[in-house]
Amino acid sequence: MKQFLSFVRKEFFHIFRDTRTMLILLGMPIALIILFGFAITTEVKEVPIAVLDYSKDEATQKITDQLIASEYFKYHSSVNTYEEAQTLFKRNKVRMVVVFPPQFAGDLLKGSNPQIQLLADATDPNEATSLVNYANIIIRTYQQELMPAQNQTQPGQVQADVKLLYNPQMKGSYNFVPGVMGLILILICAMMTSVGIVKEKEMGTMEVLLVSPLKPIYIILAKAVPYLLLSMANVVSILLLSYFLLDVPINGSIILLLSISVIYALLSLSLGLLISTITETQQAAMLVSGVALMLPVMLLSGMIFPIENMPLILQGIANIVPAKWYILAIRDVMIKGLGWIDVWQEVSVLLLMIVVLVGLSVKRFKIRLE
Amino acid sequence: MNVIETTNLTKRFGSFTAVDHISFSVAQGEIFGFLGANGAGKTTAMRMLCGLLHPTSGEGKVAGFDIFRQTEQIKKNIGYMSQKFSLYDDLKVWENIRLFGGIYGLTTKQIASKTDELLHVLGLQSERDTMVKSLPLGWKQKLAFSVAVLHDPKLVFLDEPTGGVDPITRRQFWELIYQAAERGITVFATTHYMDEAEYCNRVSIMVDGKIEALDAPSVLKASFGADTMNEVFHSLARQAKRKAD
Repeated sequence: MKQFLSFVRKEFFHIFRDTRTMLILLGMPIALIILFGFAITTEVKEVPIAVLDYSKDEATQKITDQLIASEYFKYHSSVNTYEEAQTLFKRNKVRMVVVFPPQFAGDLLKGSNPQIQLLADATDPNEATSLVNYANIIIRTYQQELMPAQNQTQPGQVQADVKLLYNPQMKGSYNFVPGVMGLILILICAMMTSVGIVKEKEMGTMEVLLVSPLKPIYIILAKAVPYLLLSMANVVSILLLSYFLLDVPINGSIILLLSISVIYALLSLSLGLLISTITETQQAAMLVSGVALMLPVMLLSGMIFPIENMPLILQGIANIVPAKWYILAIRDVMIKGLGWIDVWQEVSVLLLMIVVLVGLSVKRFKIRLE
Repeated sequence: MNVIETTNLTKRFGSFTAVDHISFSVAQGEIFGFLGANGAGKTTAMRMLCGLLHPTSGEGKVAGFDIFRQTEQIKKNIGYMSQKFSLYDDLKVWENIRLFGGIYGLTTKQIASKTDELLHVLGLQSERDTMVKSLPLGWKQKLAFSVAVLHDPKLVFLDEPTGGVDPITRRQFWELIYQAAERGITVFATTHYMDEAEYCNRVSIMVDGKIEALDAPSVLKASFGADTMNEVFHSLARQAKRKAD
């Protein structure tokens, strides 16, 4: 035990004396949260729009006011022709133009269903979809307000009463906070452990350790302990930041949240161990962890792009990305407030992956020693 | 008493025989030079003796323990210094000493007294709190050797310990080795430098996995009619068919 502790102490020295590592370890979570929280946002906010109003009556004015009053849109200008609207689009001045036909209010009162045209810049298709959806909602709301004033007994109107559960404001941060946790944990645990072990190989100190009475399993455990502790510190700091800075709620049990994170961290550590057995240099270890871990986590875990929309083959691949299961479980617990019973599936997948990875790396480790 | 004893020790990797039936023994307190060209099988043989590699066949005992079944016991009784520098650059001098003392199971008290003694012998008292990376290479290697024998092992393995060091520092390094041998620590060293081979009590020369010569340097020189160990080595190494890797 004393052997083990003196080795763990050494690992902490390595980490604390390397400013670059320390900066990555402590700065990255904060940087990512701020980046995703404020800079990279898929939400629509204050988008400039123009109005092409052939009618210029009370109704069109009211709809325009309501559009602009919402937090999604910002009034840019009024145009008189389609050509002017085109120019604004080309110059990137506006991203949506609302077109009202002539005699809008009159038609509306007569009950002959006048049409509003929405022109949206679809170079960013996701944004265009959101813009049109938001505009539709606002216009429909106006119509509903108008209804009582009109003929009340209009039959055959189907109304959808939409209620958004768990995230009523549709905040992106509810989605990416679990994602960032999934990314940070795997980067810190897997990348740092693999680089740490490979560094010993490169420096030649691994030989000395293997010749010493210290058992190989202790060498690996001692490497893992500091990163496990540090990554837990990161999970806590991410949760604090997102709770107080981004107003993301923590609806489920914190103990459950931390337990799932520990399991996922252990999984990442075993991934790092596996990477350390297949690479010979620190650069290679860094590259493998970067490409083989970071990209799948970013692209295939559901952190940014929804897995349900991917082709079947990618959906299959996403199943072996550990972050997918972690993020699913964390969302369930953190946002939906679910308990153990509801995330057992995700947790067992993670546990199964640990068993497979540890088995593989132990096998590789032995081959290398022979 | 013999600290190392092997009979027909062999290691095969697939169809390749890295070490081919070597038999030799090293007595306690002896300084034994283990020579051979690159790829001759030195490192493989040494790894088997350290308990890192399982031999394919043959027998061997190191520090009185069997190299097949008692590797854990062997590891407690040997020291090791590799050809690459084997201390941690980002730890202070005394932290390195404490680390390896801890790994070899010394008590805190033992480590404290050993640290003082070691720094005194090396004249490094003032460098106690220096990061190892800012020490000159020669000092580092002397420190690495002293750390390798910190736990008073029966035997210390040195894998090309003086690579890249100037002749004067090498000479000083060998003085440390003699001191260790006087304390009864057996020294088993591989080296590229033939002048170092002259410092050994006995040397063996490996060619293509076999030990082709084994005796005191003076005896070897006489029997090969050579003036230096360098000539002895080259006349043997020339027979090698295997390519260096």
